[in-house]
This record gives sequence, C-alpha cells and structure tokens, in this order.
Amino acid sequence: MSQPSTPLRRFWAEFRENRVAVVALIIVVVMILLAIFAPLVSPQNPYDLANLSLMDSRRPPGFVGSGGYTHLLGTDPQGRDLLSAIFYGLRISIQIGLAAGFVSLTIGSALGILAAYIGGRVEVLIMRLVDLQLSFPAILLALVIVALLGQGQAQLIGALVAAQYAYFARTAYGAAKAERGKDYIEAAVATPLSSLLVVLRHLLPNCTPPLIVVATVQIANSISLEATLSFLGLGLPVTEPSLGMLISNGFPYMMSGRYWISVYPGVALIILIVAINIVGDQVRDQFNPRLRR
Amino acid sequence: MTDPVLSVQNLRTHFFTRAGVVKAVDDVSFDLAPGEIMGLVGESGSGKTVTGFSLLGLVDEPGRIVEGSIRLQGTELTTLSDAELRKRRGREISMIFQDPIATLNPMLTIGQQMRLAIDAHERLSKRAAEARSAQLLEQVGIPSASARLRAYPHEFSGGMRQRVAIAIALLHRPAVIVADEPTTALDVSIQAQILFQMRDLAAETGTALIWISHDLAVVSSLASKLAVMYAGRIVEQGPTATLLRDPRHPYTAGLIASLPAMTAPGTPLTQIPGTTPSLLSLPPGCPFAPRCEFATKACMAEPEMQTAGGRGWRCFHPVGHTAEALT
Amino acid sequence: MLGFIIQRFLQAVGVMAVMSVIVFCGVYAIGNPIDIVIPPEATQEIRAEAIRRLGLDRPLYEQYFIFMGNLLQGDLGRSFVYNIPVLELIGGRLPATLELVLISVITATILGVTLGVYAGYRPDSWLSKTIMAVSVLGFSVPSFWVGLILILTFAVNLGWLPAGGRGETLDIWGVAWSFPTLNGLSHIVLPAINLALFKLAMMIRLARAGTREIMLTDTIKFARAAGLSEGTILRRHLLKLISIPIITVFGLELGSTLAFAVVTETIFSWPGVGKLIIDSIGVLDRPVMVAYLILVAFLFVTINFVIDLVFALIDPRVRKGATA
Repeated sequence: MSQPSTPLRRFWAEFRENRVAVVALIIVVVMILLAIFAPLVSPQNPYDLANLSLMDSRRPPGFVGSGGYTHLLGTDPQGRDLLSAIFYGLRISIQIGLAAGFVSLTIGSALGILAAYIGGRVEVLIMRLVDLQLSFPAILLALVIVALLGQGQAQLIGALVAAQYAYFARTAYGAAKAERGKDYIEAAVATPLSSLLVVLRHLLPNCTPPLIVVATVQIANSISLEATLSFLGLGLPVTEPSLGMLISNGFPYMMSGRYWISVYPGVALIILIVAINIVGDQVRDQFNPRLRR
Repeated sequence: MTDPVLSVQNLRTHFFTRAGVVKAVDDVSFDLAPGEIMGLVGESGSGKTVTGFSLLGLVDEPGRIVEGSIRLQGTELTTLSDAELRKRRGREISMIFQDPIATLNPMLTIGQQMRLAIDAHERLSKRAAEARSAQLLEQVGIPSASARLRAYPHEFSGGMRQRVAIAIALLHRPAVIVADEPTTALDVSIQAQILFQMRDLAAETGTALIWISHDLAVVSSLASKLAVMYAGRIVEQGPTATLLRDPRHPYTAGLIASLPAMTAPGTPLTQIPGTTPSLLSLPPGCPFAPRCEFATKACMAEPEMQTAGGRGWRCFHPVGHTAEALT
Repeated sequence: MLGFIIQRFLQAVGVMAVMSVIVFCGVYAIGNPIDIVIPPEATQEIRAEAIRRLGLDRPLYEQYFIFMGNLLQGDLGRSFVYNIPVLELIGGRLPATLELVLISVITATILGVTLGVYAGYRPDSWLSKTIMAVSVLGFSVPSFWVGLILILTFAVNLGWLPAGGRGETLDIWGVAWSFPTLNGLSHIVLPAINLALFKLAMMIRLARAGTREIMLTDTIKFARAAGLSEGTILRRHLLKLISIPIITVFGLELGSTLAFAVVTETIFSWPGVGKLIIDSIGVLDRPVMVAYLILVAFLFVTINFVIDLVFALIDPRVRKGATA
C-alpha cells in the first residue's frame, strides 16, 4: 500500500474510509449548491407575491396549482410552493450559519490567542469571562440579545455570535497556551521578530485543527439555533423565511393533519445539520491521536 | 526436580491491528518451580508485559492468545472459560503493576479495595476481612495498619501505595505473582527496600515470582533464573549466575556489557548498536541479526531454541563457541 | 472542608455580584430603563415622577446601588401585562418548570449513564453502535423539531397522549403538581421526553467516553488481576470513577435545561417560566425579562455551589483537603 504524500491527501485517504462520512459530505455539498443556485432550481420564486395565489395555499404534496406545475411537496399557508420555499430557506439558513460561524471564529480565536500570548491580567480577564459565558446556555444568551436588540438579520447574527464565540475562544486558548509554553516559541519571542509574526507563524497554525472541528460543529449549531429562534418567533421577519420560520408557520396546521408544511422543511433542516455533524465527527476523530489504533 | 507450578509452552499472543498483525509474544516457553523467582528482561516493546497479561488471561482487544499452552498448578488456562479464569486470578496467580498511583482507585479507601479483592474469592465477615487486610498490610511493612485501612490512596506515598498493591496481590497467597516493573516508578532507596521485601515475602509464602524489568541489574540481584526477551521471543534463558558469567546470545552479552558495573569508571558505557525493530515489520530470520556483530547468511533463517545443561539460547553463533561444539 | 465550603460560597456570591452588574448594564445601560419600568402609554408626569423616584437622573454607579437595593428586598417591579409583582408571577410559574426539568434531567441521567457505560464497555457490539447513532441524532436534531414530531406522532396520529397543557394537578404544600395524577402524568410524558432527549445524548456520550478511558487504566487491570468479576468492577470501580464528570455535567445541564425548557414549554403550551418569558419578550414585558434573567443566574450559581458541596462529599481528595 503506497502512502499518499501530502498531509491533505493522507487526510482525505483516511476520511474516505468512513463511508457514512463521505455520504454526509456529499449531502452537505449538494445542499450548499442547492442554496447557491436556489433561483435556478426552484420551480417558483416564493418571494415574488405575484406568483402566489391564496387559491393554492395549504395544498398537499403532488397538487397541481394555478401555475400549471406540480407542487411536489405541497404548498404553505401563503400558497408558496414548498419545495421552492425550502431551497430559498436553505439559502438563508446556510447564509446565517456561515456568517455567524465565521464571525465567531474570528472574534473567538483572536481573543483566545491573545489571552494565551499576552498572559497576565488580560488572560485572566478574558478567560474568566469566556468560562462564565460557557456555563450559560447559548440559547438563553441568544434569546436575551434578540430581546434587547430587536429583530433583524444583523441582530440575529450578533446574537448567534455572542452565544458562540466563547467556544472558539476556549479552543484557541487551549491550543495556543499549550504551544506558547514550548521552548521554540519562547525563542521566537526573544528574537526581534514582531509579535504579530510569532502569532501568525507559530501560534495560529497550531490552533487550526481544533478550530476547524469546532467551526464545523458550531456552524451546524448556528443553523439549529437560528431555526429555534425563528420557531419561537424571534428570528428573521416573515417575508424571507428561513427553514425554522417555515416550520414555525406550519406548526398550527399540524393539528389538523396538514403535516407537510412543517415536516418537509424540518426534514431538510435535519438532514443538513446531521450531515454537517457527521462530517465534523469524522474530522475530529482524525485529528484526535488518542483514538487511533 | 519438583513439578513446575507454572509451565508455559510455545505461547503466541498476537494483536490484530488495522496496520497489520503485531506478534507481541511469539513462541515463548518457560517453567517456574514453586517459590522460584524468574526475571523476565527485555527492552520496552519486547513483549514482556504482554507475556505477563497472557498468563492472567488479560490481553486486551485487538490482541489474543493464538497458540500455546499455559499450565498453572496442573490446570490448562488457555482453554478455560472467562468465569473459570477469573476464579483463578487473584487466588492462584496475581499481578502488580509499574505505577502504584494509577493502580489503586482514588475514590475508594484501602480497606474497601482490599475487601473487594477478598470478596472476589471468599465469604468473610467484615471483622475477619479487616483482620486479614490489616495483617497483610503489616506484613508488607505498613505501620499502624488497621487505622490505615480507612485511608485513601492519595494519603500514601508512592512506595507505600506500591506496598498496598503488593498486599492486595498477596491476599489469597497465590502460587504465582507477576510483577511488572513494580519498582521502576519509585525512588532508588525505596526500590531496594521493596525489592528485598518482595524476595522475603515470596520465600515466606512459597509464592513464585515473575519479575518483569528492563533493568538487568535490578533483576539479577533478585532472580535465581533469567529469561531475556527480544522482539517477542525469549532469546536466552537459564540460571542467573550462569547467564551473567557466560552469555550465549549476543543480545544478552550486549545487555551485560552495557551494565554500569561492567564498565571501568571514567569510560563511556557500552551500547548495543541500532534500535529495536518494529514488531510490524520484523526482518526475516533472526530479529536481532541487523544489530548483531556475528550475523552471517545463516541468520536469514530463524534460529530454534537450543538447550543444554539447564539453559537455552536462540542463536546460530553463540558467543565464544561454535554452535556444533555445544550440541 | 469548612474552609472549602466558605471559599466556594464566597465565590458564588462573587459570581452573583458580577452577574448583577452584567444584567444591570445590559438592561439599564443598553436598553432604555424608562421603557423597562414604565408602560409606554404612561403620561409625561408619571414618566418624570418615575425618573426621579428611580433616580435615573443620578450617576450610573448610584443607580446600580438603587437597583441592587431593590433587588435584595425582592422588589423587581410589576409586570405590565399582568400588573402583579414580577416575583409573584414567576414564583407561581416556577413549580411547573422545575417539575418538568427535574423529571427530564433525572431520567436522562439514569438512562444515559446506563446506556453510555454499556456502549463504552462493549464499543463494538451492534447495540452500542445503535445507541451511539441515536445519540448523534439526539445531539444534532433541534429540540423543537423533535417536539413537533412527538406531537405529530403520539398526539395527532396515534392519539395516545395529549399535545399540551399540564392536565390535572394535585396541590401539595399549596403548590400545584402534575406528576401525582394519572392525567397530569400523561401530560408530562411528551414534553419530558422532548426535553430529556438532548441531555440523554449528552450523558450517553459522556458516560461512554469516560468508560472507554477508565476501562483502559491500570486501576481496572489491577482489579481484574485480583479476580474481581466484571459486574463488581463496573459497579464499584467504574461508576465511582465516572461519577465526578457525570455530576458536574448533571449540574450544568440542570441549569441549561431550565433555559431549554423555553422551547419545550412553548411547543407543548406548558405553563412554566419558559413560556412566560417567550410571551413576555413578545409583548415587551421587560420587568419580567429582567427578573427571569436574574432568577436564572441565581439558579445557576446555586446549582454550581451545590455541586461543589456534593464533590466535597464524594471525592476523598477534595474532602480531605488534598491539593492534587
């Protein structure tokens, strides 16, 4: 058996061994593509009110509406084609998940590395705050912030970031702290290299693997948290529904047996989140040397 | 000669890992007489600890005994059920480990842990169990033993903890104790104390000892007989004095030559060149050949164990002799 | 031991003080405090009077002391919507939430530890793999979605269990509880499963990871070498050794489940504090929001303090004052 040479190739070769993870990865990629090309693949633009007819509302899957085409997954209370609404909702959910994930990643890892690099009082202050926040449930924090700041996309992302940056900070801090203590960093600090260079060249690369793992999980969590907030009526405005909002809209109709309005967007959401988590799990296992046999 | 208390024949314990089959123990045979102390010497990774675990039937997944026989007091252990094997562990054969901090449970008192070990094999009243425990603690040199039963492991020093572990191993007066480097983690002064106490205890109770160590100096002061392991095989075995005076296998000779006592003060210690081979990719033939100064073409085949005069070696070119002269 | 308790108590008080500053800043400095204490429809005179009475014209640190003074006297204002003291309002709703949360977390812990230990003990059996697959689902799937599916399946389609409300309650010490009546119990089942599922997944993972790690240690090998049966090893050694992380997480989860109850209570119309806070956010009933935050912070700190005490009781290293 020939060993592939580059680290990335070796990583992929090991990843490929887990078939479930490969399937999950394919699903994630397909869903991201569907989100990006939602306007092209959707039978209908669900935001265009001219396309909607109340005559078509709450129809079961397979119904042929006034648009002359089949609504494969039925329609929602506003008469939107549910499949199109799901593609567009996927778009919003993924957008918000990625945005919140990357902002948290940036802020959190910057704080964590800073704390580890500077040390002293700054370290104590930052990490105490982070730990205090970690002991507090993310959903509650997000809830309070949305309640304080009001609703909207920026506020929502802000709330998600506030709820999640601490995980990144803790992870980056742990990795950077372990590396900071090593002799070669001490040596690099002692040379006239600028501190920024030390951080960029030595600390950051060592924090990357654990941060990738946390980022995967947290993007899934952001999407899930956003859906939860939307479900509670604290998310985005109804005009541009994310998957969570679609589910919430359908909830009242569930009791009367019109299950599809909630269930199909929900299935899309679950598939997305579970797939991301499976990929994340595999990546984590591969980064964790202790689990290797 | 009396019947051996433990007789191991052609033992093979292999680990079936994703990277391949690791032959951690490969064709190991030895006999142990009652009360005898045998030193099992080798570098880390030579298979000595796995040999010890094999004797107790405690080889972890993905490893298992694939071949061979282990007879303990006349009973074949390799074919016993798990339940039958458990009944013998602790009562007929027990084991102590290298790191006393890791072996005792920090959440239970010494008394509770000894009680668990007693209950595993006997029904005793609380009072009788405590008396037995205290007596054994005293025997291994722990002062005010009955009061110490209520103490937790963290209240003991490392050496004292190892004594507690020894006391637990001795609770049922087993016929054989496997001691896996029990003094390596301790201070040198305490090492010597425990070493000689173990020897005395073994003599007192008639327990046979298998003393596993990487340190030939430690073992040779204690054991009446030695087995030297290399890459999963015993490469040489025999009475300690004979082996030290007249080693046959070049590896044994190398180990002896690298003892500090064998080197004149001020001169560098002798070393065996090269490193232990990976058990995943052993060279064909004699595994020591790549590091051996006497290796020839013959060593491309695997040497069988040669026996003569109460000793054995696994080499085509025994040190200081020609192979033919010895057989 | 006593020193340890005092130290932890002072820490708890310290954290509570920090939390009060954060809540104070969050509500008074970021939001407009007048909106928080005065209904929007109040007249100019009432507003001016309130600003003076509440000292909103004074420096921030003085305001903080006034806020704290009121807080310590148990005065958190009145709800705009219900027009009763907030504390009374929340106090009336708290038992319903506590009932739900306790039942969920305790069930999840007992079941989760059992399943997790098994999965860690026999990691390669098909049952363990099933357990782990289910726990991945429990972790990934948002809890509100699970709630919906539970309602759809057991209430709408099968009609076995009610979809919402508390059902019949029984008064014990003047507080209404659902669990003692059969009807009440049937109302608890679905929300409790919903709330417990995530915790269950978490406990399974934790117990499994702990078990796998501990089973490889010399402590277990030594116990086996002494001839202990596997049952004894699991019951006496393993459970004792994993109890510390389990209890820590139990405590933390108790707190976070209180927060998660927000979602479950909303789905199942369970009349607890979680439903109250969502309703209050919807109608901007801010005194209720403030009180809820402080209550949750207080519960968190209290739980952590109690957990520390429990540690001191079960871990000999802490109890006997060792530093290790």
